[in-house]
This record gives sequence, C-alpha cells and structure tokens, in this order.
Amino acid sequence: MSFEINGTPFSERPRAGQCLRTFLRELGHFGVKKGCDAGDCGACTVLLDGEPVHSCLIPAFRAEGRAITTIEGLAPEGGAHPMQQAFLDAQAFQCGFCTAGMILTCASLNQAQRTDLGASLKGNICRCTGYRAIEDALNGTTNVEETVEPGTAFGRSLPAPAGPDVVRGRARYTFDTTIEGLLHIKLKRSPHPHARIVAIDKAAALAVPGVHAVLTHEDAPDRLFSTARHERDWMDPDDTRVLDDVVRFIGQKVAAVVAETEAAAEEGCRRLKVDYDILPAVVDPERARAPGAPIIHPDRTQEQRVANARQNIVAEKHGEFGNVAAALASSAVTYEGTFTTQRVQHAALETHGGLAWLDATGVLNVRSSTQVPFLTRRTLADLFDLPKDKVRVFCERVGGGFGSKQEMFVEDILALAALKTGRPVKLELTREEQFIATSTRHPMRVHVKAGADADGKLTALQLDVLSNTGAYGNHAGPVLFHAAQECLSVYNCPNKKVDAVAVYTNTVPSGAFRGYGLPQTLIAVEAAIDELAKQLGISSFDIRRRNVVKPGDPMLTPPPSEYHDVEYGSYGLDQCLDLVERAMQADAPMPDLSPDWLTGEGIALTMIDTVPPAGHIADAAIALRDDGSFELTVGTAEFGNGTSTVHRQIAASALSTTVDNIRLRQSDTVHGGHDTGAYGSAGIFVAGKATQAAAETLADELKRAAADAWLCDAASCTLDGHSVVSGVKRISFAELAELARAQGKPLAASGNSGGTPRSVAFNVQGFRVAVNKGTGEIKILKSVQAADAGRVANPMQCRGQVEGGVAQSLGAALYEEMVIDADGCVINAKFRDYHLPSFADVPRTEVFFAETSDAIGPMGAKSMSESPYNPVAAALGNAIADATGIRFTSVPFKPDRLFPALQDKFGV
Amino acid sequence: MDLNTIAAVAHPQTRAQLPAWTAGDAWLAGGTWLFSEPQEHLNRLIDLTDLKWPALTISETHLSISATCTIAQLDALACPPDWLAAPLINQCCRAFLASFKIWKTATVGGNLCMSLPAGPMISLTSALDGICTIWQANGGEQKIPVVEFVTGNNRNRLTPGDLLRQIDIPLTALKRRSAFRQISLTPVGRSAALLIGSLGDDGTFTLTVTASTVRPIQLLLPKSPDAATLGKLIAQEIADDLYHDDVHGKPFWRKHMTLRLAEEIRSELCDTARP
Repeated sequence: MSFEINGTPFSERPRAGQCLRTFLRELGHFGVKKGCDAGDCGACTVLLDGEPVHSCLIPAFRAEGRAITTIEGLAPEGGAHPMQQAFLDAQAFQCGFCTAGMILTCASLNQAQRTDLGASLKGNICRCTGYRAIEDALNGTTNVEETVEPGTAFGRSLPAPAGPDVVRGRARYTFDTTIEGLLHIKLKRSPHPHARIVAIDKAAALAVPGVHAVLTHEDAPDRLFSTARHERDWMDPDDTRVLDDVVRFIGQKVAAVVAETEAAAEEGCRRLKVDYDILPAVVDPERARAPGAPIIHPDRTQEQRVANARQNIVAEKHGEFGNVAAALASSAVTYEGTFTTQRVQHAALETHGGLAWLDATGVLNVRSSTQVPFLTRRTLADLFDLPKDKVRVFCERVGGGFGSKQEMFVEDILALAALKTGRPVKLELTREEQFIATSTRHPMRVHVKAGADADGKLTALQLDVLSNTGAYGNHAGPVLFHAAQECLSVYNCPNKKVDAVAVYTNTVPSGAFRGYGLPQTLIAVEAAIDELAKQLGISSFDIRRRNVVKPGDPMLTPPPSEYHDVEYGSYGLDQCLDLVERAMQADAPMPDLSPDWLTGEGIALTMIDTVPPAGHIADAAIALRDDGSFELTVGTAEFGNGTSTVHRQIAASALSTTVDNIRLRQSDTVHGGHDTGAYGSAGIFVAGKATQAAAETLADELKRAAADAWLCDAASCTLDGHSVVSGVKRISFAELAELARAQGKPLAASGNSGGTPRSVAFNVQGFRVAVNKGTGEIKILKSVQAADAGRVANPMQCRGQVEGGVAQSLGAALYEEMVIDADGCVINAKFRDYHLPSFADVPRTEVFFAETSDAIGPMGAKSMSESPYNPVAAALGNAIADATGIRFTSVPFKPDRLFPALQDKFGV
Repeated sequence: MDLNTIAAVAHPQTRAQLPAWTAGDAWLAGGTWLFSEPQEHLNRLIDLTDLKWPALTISETHLSISATCTIAQLDALACPPDWLAAPLINQCCRAFLASFKIWKTATVGGNLCMSLPAGPMISLTSALDGICTIWQANGGEQKIPVVEFVTGNNRNRLTPGDLLRQIDIPLTALKRRSAFRQISLTPVGRSAALLIGSLGDDGTFTLTVTASTVRPIQLLLPKSPDAATLGKLIAQEIADDLYHDDVHGKPFWRKHMTLRLAEEIRSELCDTARP
C-alpha cells in the first residue's frame, strides 16, 4: 500500500486492525500524540487530504492513496505555519501535549467555525491552559515579550524555551523515541475488588508467539513501599508491592506480560489463568471504619506508618485548642454542615508510562513520565538492591502532571521487566488504565462547625474530615494533614478543633492532586464563613477581612504543628480581597436572561504554604561555556509548569545577561545532585532558589576572575550582558572562559535550597453566576481571581497557571466525577463519560496580582501552581447559594443534582 | 486505537460478495465507535466502503440516506426551501458529543446501529418518520420504522449478520413545521433530552422524545394540544422506568426536562400564529 505523508510517498502495509495514529508514529511521526486513543481528546489530529481527523479512529488502510499531513509537515522544514507562529506568539500551550492536534484543528477552521469556537473546538481537550491563550492565538494576540535588556529577564513575559519545538511537534515526550529491540509490557489486572491470588498459570500465555516473559508476585521483590514519592519516605505507609499476591481494588496489576509486540502482550494477558480466592470487600469509607468491616491491610503496623490497620485507618489527626463546644454555645451565630467531594482525575493528556533498558555499563536507565526522577531513582535502587549509581531515571518533556506523577506507578514494573529480560522495555498505560489503576483526588466528607460573635469575629471553627484513600495509602496522611491545615490557619480564631481520618477502601487509590486536600475542605470552611456573614448581615469580604491572619499573627491549627518554619515572607491577602471586590463591583453588561435565571455572587480565599513540610531539596549547577554562554543544570522537571522559562530568567538576571545565553539541562539523575521533585509548587520557590544561589555565586566568580586578570578590586567589576566591566576595561565571558581553561580552573558554581524557611501565598476567587431554577443549569457571568505570587517571575506564564487552575477546578466543581459502582468498579473510565472542560465550558477569568515581594522566595517570587485551583469550587458554591438561597453541599454542581432542591423551592 | 485481534478485513463490492457472517465479524462503516474501544471479541472487519452506496438520493417521495452516509455529507445537503424541517439536520448534527472532525468519518447508519439513547441521528430520523431498510443475514430485506428499530439502550432489531442499508425519509415529513430542543449537563455535551416536535398540514402534532428515554418515543395528537393535555399524555405514555439513567443525567431530571422541553415545543408550534 502506498501513502503520502507530509509530501513524501511511503510504501508500507499496516496491520489489519491498526489505526492511523500508531501507523504514523511507527513511521517516526512523533508529533501525533495519544491522549485518549478513543477519539475524544483530539491530540492525535492529522489532516487527511487537507481535512482534520482524529487519527486514532481512522483504520490505517483507509489512508491508502491519500495525503496525510502531521504537525511536522504543516510548514516547510524550518518554517512555521501562521497558526504555529500564532501559538508561539500567544504562548498558547503549557505542557504542549495537545498542541499539535490543536494547531492542526485551528489551522483548518473556516471563518464560520472561527466565530463558533465552543462548537468547533469541542473535539480538542487542553488540560493546562483554560483555553484563553488558545483563543488569543486564534485572535492573533501576542503575549510573549520581545527580547529584553540584559539582566532584566526576571519579571518579564519571556517565552518558554521549548516553544518552537512544541508548535512544530518536535518536542520529545516520554515515548517519542525509537529503540531497537524494544519489548512491550501489558498488565493483567484484577477483576475483583479484594482477592487472594491462589495460582497463576502462565503456560498458555508463554506459548503465545512473541511473549518473552510473564512476571508475577513470585518475581517481584518481597518488599513493601509506597507509590507516593516524598523527600522523606516516612510520610507514606509501606503497604504496596510491585506485584502482590493480594489484590485490593478492581484494576490492580496482577501480572505483567512482556512481548515483542503490544498485540502479543495483550494476547498473553488474555491467556493467563489466575485463580482467585475472593475476599469480602468494602467500598464505602464510612462502612470501612465501622466494626465488622473487611480489613484491607490486616498485617500492617504503625512501624509501617499505618495508624490502625484493624479499623482500616491509615492516618489520622485529632486536636483542639480552646473549647469549641463552649464557644459555639455562646456564639451570636453558628453554622453547621456536611460537605462531600467526589473522585476526580488529573487527566494529564500524556498517560503514565516509560521506557527502561540496561546500558553497556550495566546501568538501569528509566525514562518515564514523572515529576520526581530523583525520588524514583532512590526507590528503584532500594527495591532492586542496586547501588544508586547503577540506576538512572530521567524525563524529557512531560505531558502534564498535576500531582499524578508524584508517584511511581510504572517505573517499578519497567525496572523488573528490564532486569528480568535484559531487553529494553516499554509500558504505556491506556486512558482506561489511567482511570482505573493510577490515582485520583481523595474524596472527602467534611463536617464543619463555625461560630462568630455579633461583630463578625470568629469564635469557633471545627472540622471533622473523613478521607477515602482507596486501596493504598499513597499520600493519605500528608493530604489529610494538609486538608486540615491552611484552610483553618488562615483565620484567627480562639477555639479550633480537628478530627481527621483517612481510611482504606477496596477502590482505586487516591493520591496527590493539585491543591493536595485543600480544595476539598475549603468548600466546607468557606461556605461556613459565608453562612455566618449572611446571618450577621455583613459582606462576604468584610467577614474575611475581620478574621484573616495578618503578618505577626500566629497561623494555628490543632494539634500544634511540629513544623515552625512557615513565615510571612510577604503578605498580599488584603490586596487580593480588595482586587476581587473592586473587580466584582466594576460595571459589566448583564446578559439578557429569562426570569428563570437567578443571579448571585460568591467568593472564597485560600492560603498555601509555599513548600511542603519536612524538607524539599534542590541542587543547581551552572557553568561558563567556551562560547561565553552558560549551562544551567537543574533537577526539576518541566510538564507545563513553565519552570524551564523561569530558571533561565533567574539565572540570566543574576548574571546580568539574556535568557538566550542560558542553556538548560534538567530532570536527569545522571547530571548529579539531588532534586526532591516538581511537586508542592516547589519548581520555582525551591529549585529556583538553588538556581539563584548558583548563578549569583558564578557572577561573583566571574567578577573575581576578571579582577584577578586586571589586578583590581572585584567590587569594582560589574557584569554587562556578555562581559565583565570595570571602568573602561571589558572582558567578554568567552575570553574569561578561555582564561579559566588556560589556568585549569573552569568557572562554575553550584547552589542548593533546602526548602526552609517557607512562606505563604494567597488567592481569592470571585464568581457571578446565573442558575436556571427550571433546569439547574449554571452560567458563569464573571470570574475573577487575585493571586499573591510575590514578585511575579513571568506574568504571562503565571496568569496561565491561574487560568489553568481555575479551569481544571471548574471541571471538578461542575462536571467531573469518577463513578464507582457498589463493587468498586469505575464505570466511566473514558473521556466521553468523564467530561473534561472544553473550550465552551470555561469562562474567561480576570487575573490580578497583588504587589508584594517575598523575603524568602527567589528574587521575591512565591509559588503559584496549585493554589489557584483551591478556592474555585468553594467560591462557586457560595455564588450558587447567593443566587438560589440554597446551600448545595456536594460537588459537582451538575444540573441534575441541583434540580430537585430547586424544584422543591421554586416549584417549576 | 489499534484493534490487535483483527486478522483480516473484507472489502465486498456487492451484496453478493458479503461474506458469510461468523462470530467475531463486525461491519465497518465509519469505524469511529469501533476504533474507540477495545474489541477483543472481534477478528474480522467487513468494510462497507467498496459497496459504494450513494450517500443521499432524493426521489419524488423520499430522501434516502444510505447507512454509510457520513454526518458531514448529510449536514452539507442543500435542501429545497419547502423542506421546512431542514434545520433539524444541522441541529441534530450539532447535538453530537463529537466534533465536526468526527462528522467526516462517522456515519448515519453507525449512529442508528449503536442505538444509544443520545444518538442524534436516531432523533432526526425517527422524528422525520424514517424507515430503515435492513439486509437480513438470510438474504431477505426488512423495513422497520426508526422508532421501532431502536428498542433500548444499545439495543435494536438487528440480528447477527443483519446489515442496515438505508433510511428513507418521506418528503412530507421534511415539509412539516418543526421545533427542536435539547439539553445536556454541559454546554456542548451529550444530549440528556432531545425533543423534536412537528405540526402537519392537517394539524397533527407529533412529538418525538429521544435521549432522555432509553428508546425513541413518538406521541401523536390529531390536533394541537394545550399544555395540560400534553403533560398528561407524556406522563401516561412514558413510564418512569423508560427514562435513561447514566452519568449523563439522572432519570428524575431527564423526566422533568422532557416535560419542560415538550411544553416549550408545544408553545412554539401551537401558540404562535402560522407564518
């Protein structure tokens, strides 16, 4: 069969049931991405005879004799199609995994379709941006700044260094490489929520042509660990094996089949005979901790950091200061309510997966889609008894994370398979596997009690939290503790009480997810604050102003924290409240709505520690190169967070040069040093500080080297673009490099950050909504968020983080919900049944920044990647309550959920 | 996605060349659903492309839509001005959860044969009194109205080896005045209720309820009803257990949206003066 791909004829025969997507990738067109492999996300869009199609749905044989254009062929070699240039100018991407499909789709829209983007783009999902930047690209808006003066990069909207590769489909993600002799792994998964594996008959599977190995619990290290990755292993329980002889949720991996092709590996999985002894299961968290419930991890102990295995309690926290009950009894107003949050998925468009191989020196190389290469390396070395220098873990560009890749879900199997077979191996999860077998946000049931005096001063705050960690305890404790932390400590209140418990159930595990517990509890706390204000007749802004902490106030939650390193490095909460209040009051045209639509406004605020507790470490190194440019090496990963841009800005500013003079290497353990990882919003606040320290040290070294050459005082030297200058004397960086080389003293420096002390960042979200009392539909009429990010390192990117956080959080507030049936099975494990926000679903959010400069963060900056998510559902709930007079206490706020109460009240 | 168990693809050019149906076979029209989910039970695809059925044929009395007509081809049909119901075509295309990119590949017949409650081509062709022609596995031919073809969620009258050949729409149906209403849990999402009403020259009022119910339900009234009459009829004819229950909408809400949209349609068609 002959095909024309990007103008070049090919003669290839695709497999009978092969889709065009994999056919194109096998021919090396890696710009064609897999987001869902089911036609829902659009990441695999290509042009077929000039028309956009989802290549995952097109039988490859049907492309015979037709012209196929992938992103790589949209413009002549080296050039850029106007739409590619528009995406660059607007920086209409974050992780960039959807970008190829988005550009090909946008480039093919006619004028009518461009005036109806909600419908035209409903087949393209972007999980990062919130779509505003994509709309800017379509409108020809330029968001990136031109080159700026040397030394002034920090604080400017400079473009992401990977941009040109991202828009051309050349940026390399996890699977965008060809490896000779690669074997494929497929996983046999449990159909039972709780069972003991009695026997696995491998014979029929091993007989499938092309199958090399079948790995079971008998092959796996007899050692417990946690898939959660933290700097301190003691943060998570040791309750997981690479492959276990007990399965605790539907979808848990039972065995791995390693074969020449994915088809053979799949066939091997089908032919495996697994004999299960089915055990009683429990999927409801209340039932899980009740007497008589099946015990999910009966043998785990407190030494393994499982708080009370006999009651399925993996972690808990209880404490009180003051006397909440007495305070509530004597308060002028009180509120009490129970709120529930659902299971939501990160839905990063690049699924989990990776490649592993043993190189000629016997080093196990693992290339994976991870936020934490260094912590993964450490655990692989531990699990497989390898010296750390015999394991290398790295990632190239990662297609979205949102916390889901602060886990080790695939690298353990990859390592096991590579070590057992001695061959390079690949494991790429399907979208369905993402849903049934990775991690989700912890669903929580939050009971809140709150009281205030007649002046609107809080008298009591109490939270009772039940968190469902699923079958394993990865992140169970830290998420639970964080959930009951800053949402309370942001308010001054003399009486506070917390009872928080995380329980095991026989369901897909929960894990780390942007916001890390706070979005769940904020819905309850911020609703309570509003309800008190309503009873007192004061505004939702004023009650917060009267009660929020201000610099000097202790930030307290019970029981007392063992960490005392959180400081007010800066404080912009007051500004954030003012900014949102002003924006909400600004005149705005009211859309023409029928009387069925009820309107209302609501706000919510959030505080977040800028670094997770107990240590978050980053090393950075920077060296002067022969050509006078610099090579900066950091450990932190890029998955759309934009840190690659900011690290160069920090280094360029410290070295008084421009960003094009900084070459960045990142996220590879072979580079040396350590980096805890890109989680907890630490990519700038921690790793950026290490970069700043390294670059500032090197700047001093450069001055000293020049001063030595000139026999003058280093204090008289300054850096100027590409040279060191003292009076009329000038020596270029390249000349300095040559001098240093001659002297055998290369100019290089390193920096380190230990992630302490920590500061606090703030966000306030405001919404104006309309709710249709006859249908339950919600329209967002206005969305405003103010963020205190300290000195904003890159306003364009930071705005994008805020918008993307709002969009992702709106998905969880309005639409997204993983539905688990009574047996613990996820019944909607595909995007068409799990609705991610598309272009039509996301309002434009006005973003404002407080003007602060942080005393702790790098160059005054604070973290701003998780917290924009946190107040969104809470603010939306408050706005809906204001519009309808009904307090809805369960997310998502879907029309069919709101309708019964609306019908009761309004009788339509 | 790759369908790795598929070993062969047949490409018949005539009905006579259709291979004998065996377990593990599947008809391949657009393939947009087939390739969107694992199909481990299948080993052969029978590609309908080379049968080269004309997508759309207009006769004196009927519009014939072949089963392999794509959504995009149907949407692009230039309709004569006296087809007052023609806007329904685009309205129903837009009711797809899938975008215009899928419309180029997905087929009208495929949508009917999937028989999902939210299948908008089911809504369209049942509201327009469409008749399915089925090539039966035994060599015979069968004609069934679309409203009877779909029997439940993901269920229809086809038996293994049966092939949907075409849907014939009487032109009289296309010339009726019509009204369209749809609601979803999300702004451009999957239909949770999709109702189409029409008014015949003789004053008959037809209401076709789809998406909210597990199968299409058509209500006929000899003359324009008032609100109470229509509401009562819906309550009578659509038992609570006919309302579909899945992640795209709870039955209680679907029922009330059905009543609400039906009344909007009635009001639009019956309470306004004829143009």
